[in-house]
Amino acid sequence: MENAGSARQYLTARDVGLVNCTTCGRVNPAGVPLCVRCGATLASRDTKSLQKVWAWWVAGVIAFVPANVYPMLKTATLGSESESTLLGGILELIHHGSFGIAAIVFFASIVIPASKFLAIAYLALGIGKQSRITTHRRHQIYEVVEFVGRWSMIDVFVVAILTALVQLGSAASIHPGIAAVSFALSVAFTMLSAQSFDARLIWDADKDHAI
Amino acid sequence: MTKQDRLKHAAPFADLRDLVACPVCDTLARLSSVPLGGQGRCKRCHHVLAMPRSNAMTRIVMLAVTGAILMVGAVSFPFLTIETHGLRQQASVLDTILAYSDGLMVPLSLAMAALIVVLPLMRLVAILYTVAPMALGHHPIRGATQAFRLAETLKPWAMAEVFIVGVAVALVKVGGLATLTIGPAFWAFAALVLITVVNDNLMSSLIIWKTLEARGSI
Repeated sequence: MENAGSARQYLTARDVGLVNCTTCGRVNPAGVPLCVRCGATLASRDTKSLQKVWAWWVAGVIAFVPANVYPMLKTATLGSESESTLLGGILELIHHGSFGIAAIVFFASIVIPASKFLAIAYLALGIGKQSRITTHRRHQIYEVVEFVGRWSMIDVFVVAILTALVQLGSAASIHPGIAAVSFALSVAFTMLSAQSFDARLIWDADKDHAI
Repeated sequence: MTKQDRLKHAAPFADLRDLVACPVCDTLARLSSVPLGGQGRCKRCHHVLAMPRSNAMTRIVMLAVTGAILMVGAVSFPFLTIETHGLRQQASVLDTILAYSDGLMVPLSLAMAALIVVLPLMRLVAILYTVAPMALGHHPIRGATQAFRLAETLKPWAMAEVFIVGVAVALVKVGGLATLTIGPAFWAFAALVLITVVNDNLMSSLIIWKTLEARGSI
């Protein structure tokens, strides 16, 4: 009978002295270096996980600074040249009345990267500690961060498409700015940071898990 | 470690084959208890472990072949054209990749080529290499495990669908200034994205891994 209030018990691979493979799910006996099913490197818990997470995280934050400071786009129209940064491009969209698109770009290139940094830092700092936020909630944060990361690349693609398309001689031409490179790097570093995270560490602190 | 070594390690634990541990939270589960057409989720963290579908392998093969053909179309046909005041500019997918090709930004061009075309295509080919022989009833070919591991690693980095949303944003930005014509490559790309999404939903990687082992690939 299901008893709603009481803690359920779950058996993990580690509890029974086995090592799971995060690539293929195969359960391996302890002491086997490579997964017998898929050949991936095994570790009951990736003890260096947090180091890798923080290393990529710092790289991502550093790359995010020039991405916001330097111009993303250089537009030349009839002799006059203008440069716009990430935020500048969004303000321009609002100015033209494209609120929906401005919202998409604002979310993809500013809100998502910034909140990803915060979310990863929060999860990494919370490892091994009991917190007021449940394990399930923290797991949800992790899943969202993993899912959403790649979508930040939108702005880099937009700049590329605009550059390829708007080459109309002296009438109008668009060229990419150096911020596109640092932005792309920042997105890639943050993705690597999230991927380095060993999600099993989040669950190890779970109170439900009693054996 | 050689193949023999791995076989030797695996032998006493053959009964572990039906057991999986959730890659996210390490909780043990059995894959065989999930009915066809159902969805097997981890009891503890609700991560989707398995979604067995009938004829999944045949369907995966057909979708992957279609995807690869569409990618060829997406790269070779005209993509977008703008026209304003008698001036005309056509851009292919290749042109958008080459947008970053001057000076310091060349590496970004290479990255774009990888994210939009090379990695999605490589992933489709790797999936075909793994699944096609099994769909035809054969044993997996040599290197099938490596190929499928590659496909799994590439998944977050194959960004065709992100690119398509980027195109939509760019079209709105340019739309007010010039007349836009959408070429066949755009539709090929959009169809490719749709097919990739359907394929990813059909493909239950833990089941494919298990099948690979069961059919004698180590």
